[in-house]
Amino acid sequence: MDKFEKLTGIAAPMPLVNIDTDMIIPKQFLKTIKRSGLGKNLFDEMRYDQNGNEIADFVLNKPAYRKAEIIVAGDNFGCGSSREHAPWALLDFGIRCVISTSFADIFYNNCFKNGILPIKLPKDQVDALMEDAERGENARITVDLESQTISASDGTEIHFDIDPFRKHCLLNGLDDIALTLEKKSAIETFEQAYQARMPWV
Amino acid sequence: MTAPQKTGPKTLYDKIWDAHVAHQDADGTCLLYIDRHLVHEVTSPQAFEGLRMAGRPVHAPDKTIAVPDHNVPTTLDRANGIENEESRIQVEALDKNARDFGVVYYPVDDIRQGIVHIVGPEQGWTLPGMTVVCGDSHTATHGAFGALAHGIGTSEVEHVLATQTLIQKKSKNMKVEITGQLQPGVTAKDITLAVIGATGTAGGTGHVIEYCGEAIRSLSMEGRMTVCNMAIEGGARAGIIAPDETTFEYVTGRPHAPKGATWEMAEAYWRTLFTDEGAEFDKVLTLRAEDIAPVVTWGTSPEDVLPITAVVPNPDDFEGGKVEAVSRSLDYMGLKPGTPLTEIPVDTVFIGSCTNGRIEDLRAAAAILKGRKIKEGMRVMIVPGSGLVREQAEAEGLADIFRDAGADWRLAGCSMCLAMNPDQLAPQERCASTSNRNFESRQGRGGRTHLVSPAMAAAAAVTGRLTDVREMM
Ligand code: SF4
Repeated sequence: MDKFEKLTGIAAPMPLVNIDTDMIIPKQFLKTIKRSGLGKNLFDEMRYDQNGNEIADFVLNKPAYRKAEIIVAGDNFGCGSSREHAPWALLDFGIRCVISTSFADIFYNNCFKNGILPIKLPKDQVDALMEDAERGENARITVDLESQTISASDGTEIHFDIDPFRKHCLLNGLDDIALTLEKKSAIETFEQAYQARMPWV
Repeated sequence: MTAPQKTGPKTLYDKIWDAHVAHQDADGTCLLYIDRHLVHEVTSPQAFEGLRMAGRPVHAPDKTIAVPDHNVPTTLDRANGIENEESRIQVEALDKNARDFGVVYYPVDDIRQGIVHIVGPEQGWTLPGMTVVCGDSHTATHGAFGALAHGIGTSEVEHVLATQTLIQKKSKNMKVEITGQLQPGVTAKDITLAVIGATGTAGGTGHVIEYCGEAIRSLSMEGRMTVCNMAIEGGARAGIIAPDETTFEYVTGRPHAPKGATWEMAEAYWRTLFTDEGAEFDKVLTLRAEDIAPVVTWGTSPEDVLPITAVVPNPDDFEGGKVEAVSRSLDYMGLKPGTPLTEIPVDTVFIGSCTNGRIEDLRAAAAILKGRKIKEGMRVMIVPGSGLVREQAEAEGLADIFRDAGADWRLAGCSMCLAMNPDQLAPQERCASTSNRNFESRQGRGGRTHLVSPAMAAAAAVTGRLTDVREMM
């Protein structure tokens, strides 16, 4: 997993609420057995018409946002299916950070496993960043994970909260499995006692 | 470090959580031990690949159960193989991974194959008090047994395969109580949709919902699975129902349920799985069963729920970001505000999925279809949730009722619930569906989905429009 330290980039505004994982990556692209290559189909049905041509007024098709690395989104981003293809597609497109008032639980978790930083902020701050993002290339936003701050294009600083363990893993690009396997003996001790208590499991 | 256990009265969720904490860090992050890991072909290939690359084995292959369901064709001739190349590769990858890593496996040609959330309970893999995970959001279904069951992403699938644990922080407790008794024609599906209508799709976010109350207690296991199945549509991490006699009766004699003295021991433990008097919930919702009518969804979010007697709403009735979302969804759905829901014609009916693909669902549909014909020109697909459900429906004569009515009676799989297989809606095709998601293009690009109960779906099949099933009872 790539580290996430500091990112300065263009933010794309997507004010729609309840953007679900079927919108992020429609199911016909879940048939892959790989993690890569999904970026071209990110938001496929919003981005392309039935003949595969780009829909000009979809935000990521506009010249100003084609290289966006941040999405500022409406409430409850990432609801729906558990597909990790959603963060894989975002990442493959080049999105490293999503900002919203709220995220669906599974999607939120999945982001951290893939080096994407999801940031939850109060409504007024998301609204302000949304407005900033509307200004396209003129508005580069900086996200600094170490100091937990977002700097808007006018220099305003916004603080965000994040779970310390997740921050640590993201900053260092740490793999969960390796971390957990360090505790293997604790797991095995638990397993033995548990099996004795509940032999039917 | 061992886990500090919650003292004082506990909720059912607290109890199951405490029993499974294998390790706890100072910040409250836990390694939660996983009792059952269910696996399907869509969300697992990258996880098995990760294990291969790191040279890691599956920690507990006998607790890992794999079955292909999303991509499998449901036509009677599917033994001829899967035509779509990518689908075939995904199913073949699961075949190979299951064999290479030695996990329990039900291949496509096994009579026990079916939707993973139907197969688990049916085979007795899902038991009260367990932790159950799967790379699939509808894992919440298994909560009907008093198990803590939730969906995980593919990285977590790999984590569970490698360690039999999951890194977790505890969720909050939410109680959803349904008091009283359901009216005739109202089902578990209507309860679960009504709850989402009341809370919204984010109402349960960060919470585990315990469903309780007289109406829930009166449901069969099939009905309880329907209720828990859609906990995720309300944003909850999991839905859970305390086990009782109904649960024990369902579990008894299942292939992987405990037997003899071990059963006695298990049952004694299961009887301790309830929320203690005085335990606190972070959030509470109470609905009266008498107030719940047969419902349908009109939009493209499961929270877009109304009683069948209502009319299509107006975007102006809503607030904030929802105004735009509602205009967009009415546009997508091709609906005009003010239209009575019962005047909406449908082209297609889909009865199946992990929400409503069990025997009781098929019985409910058959009760309406018996002695009736589906409306001419309608496409009606009835898809059992597993090979065993199909076998039982044949034995009970339900299959004959479906065939006589003119419906298409198929083999087990996810089918038109998500259209990863050939069963799909065409653009603008309108479907009354017993599945769980009405998102844009969920059932096929441009397809329009109205979520309903199996009885309501069967009624629509007869009339060719959304219909109040109570008129046909
Ligand atoms: S039936 Fe539908 S919701 Fe259930 S597992 Fe299959 S695709 Fe998912």
